[in-house]
Amino acid sequence: MKETAVEIRPVPAIVPEMAPFWEAARRHELVAQCCLECGAFRFPAREVCSRCLSRQAAWRPVSGRGRVFSVAVMHQANHPWFAARLPYAVVVVELDEGARMLSTVVGRAPHDITIGMPVEVAFDDVTPEVSLPVFRASAS
Amino acid sequence: MSTHPLRGAAAIAGLGVTPQGRVYGTNAIGFAVDAIRLALEDAGLARSDLDGLLVNPGLTWNDQGMGSFQLQQALGVRDLRLTATMNLGGATACAMIQHAAQAIAAGLCHTVACVFSDAPLKPPSPQGARSSTGAAYGFARGWEAAYGFFGVNAMYALVARRHMHRYGTTQDQLGAVAVAQRRWANLNPQAQMHDRPLTLDEYRASRWIVEPFHVFDCCLVSNGGLAVIVTSAERARALQKPPVYVWGMAQGHRGGDPSDTLTSGAVLAKEPAFAMAGITLRDVDVVELYDCYTFTVIVTLEDYGFCAKGEGGAFAAEHHTGPGGTLALNTGGGQLSSFYMWGMTPVSEAVIQLRGEGGARQVPKHDVALVSGNGGILSTHTTLVLSRLAS
Repeated sequence: MKETAVEIRPVPAIVPEMAPFWEAARRHELVAQCCLECGAFRFPAREVCSRCLSRQAAWRPVSGRGRVFSVAVMHQANHPWFAARLPYAVVVVELDEGARMLSTVVGRAPHDITIGMPVEVAFDDVTPEVSLPVFRASAS
Repeated sequence: MSTHPLRGAAAIAGLGVTPQGRVYGTNAIGFAVDAIRLALEDAGLARSDLDGLLVNPGLTWNDQGMGSFQLQQALGVRDLRLTATMNLGGATACAMIQHAAQAIAAGLCHTVACVFSDAPLKPPSPQGARSSTGAAYGFARGWEAAYGFFGVNAMYALVARRHMHRYGTTQDQLGAVAVAQRRWANLNPQAQMHDRPLTLDEYRASRWIVEPFHVFDCCLVSNGGLAVIVTSAERARALQKPPVYVWGMAQGHRGGDPSDTLTSGAVLAKEPAFAMAGITLRDVDVVELYDCYTFTVIVTLEDYGFCAKGEGGAFAAEHHTGPGGTLALNTGGGQLSSFYMWGMTPVSEAVIQLRGEGGARQVPKHDVALVSGNGGILSTHTTLVLSRLAS
């Protein structure tokens, strides 16, 4: 059978401003951008802190712990790799540090993922360059 | 009585609606030209009467930045005094009419065509290839795509889930909005869903797009164009159709994460728009709220004060917003069940109702209409108060 797009999983392009994030992810460490003026964590990378307008920021390790803030269960996908995996859940995780990340929860059926559920980060080694942060249900 | 100088200064004098839905044979520019031609005919005007052109380009326009110039060339109109390509998403339709009314009231121009068009649907493929109405709307790239997070449906789903979590809004309450609007569409011969009734049981059994949205929670996808002609109140009175006066207008754009506020910009726009119009909610006879999703209608009902915050779902389920109900809401079927011309759908239905041209769906008392526009993910919001009365 001819190789088709079905087998090719979409992988984020490593844009320069996110390079430190992916570098840490390869070591299975979760980092987020932290404003050096007001201390707010943000994700993904942005030029300016929308809270205090400072341009000074650094990538800092975060706990990787948080809670499910919202969840949507996809039943239609514009990409064949995902279309073959329907239905699946996409979640927003609010990290303990305050930043919100779009991600998914692994190891749970889509309908067993609920708002407020405690989660912790894990990494899915999608390619040698990209280890994708995902989340698992956690105890606390 | 409001003494605001914009109140009643301008009026909608012409309405042009092309065939909507699975119509092919031209592109977005072609639909825009057709819609303006129809609106001019409706008003009894010629192209040469236009001195303003405002364009909200849909997703399939080639040149988003200079769309209005592209359209001016296609339309063959000369010597305009006002033009702009505008994009506040679904809030643009009302914003174009606001911009036109302001410019007319200031004496900068006198007759402005405002148009939206799009052609995201392709003719059925001869090979019978799979059709996906979502395909034209593949917004997500990069980060989101890595998680299979695609499009505006999913973005709104996350916000709707927060509303359900915080306020106890239920699936059946979302369904009540879909069913009520479908009943209106069944009375509207121009509606794509005119011949397709919908019960709550059928809603429950319908396929999911992205939970908590069934297919009937999401707006339609439509090819077509829709234009209105805005002119001074004085000129409008001399034309062939009953004028639809612009009584009040405002905008509200909240910023931040809509998942936190769970409100639209109506909370900002309502008060100044109503103050300009000199009305309260009780004066509104016809309500045309932007409905990209059933959920958007629920939030917008709350934010205009038809019910308390968080009670929009119960209101929609209990207060009978369908034909014969207590609130005449989205009386043509809205974008969920008639056609999706971004915010132009609610504008056009307000014009039809205020003129008394609603046929089987005509609302008996139709002096004042409230129209809302909403763009992004509850990000941009525009309000119009329209009336068939000059003052």
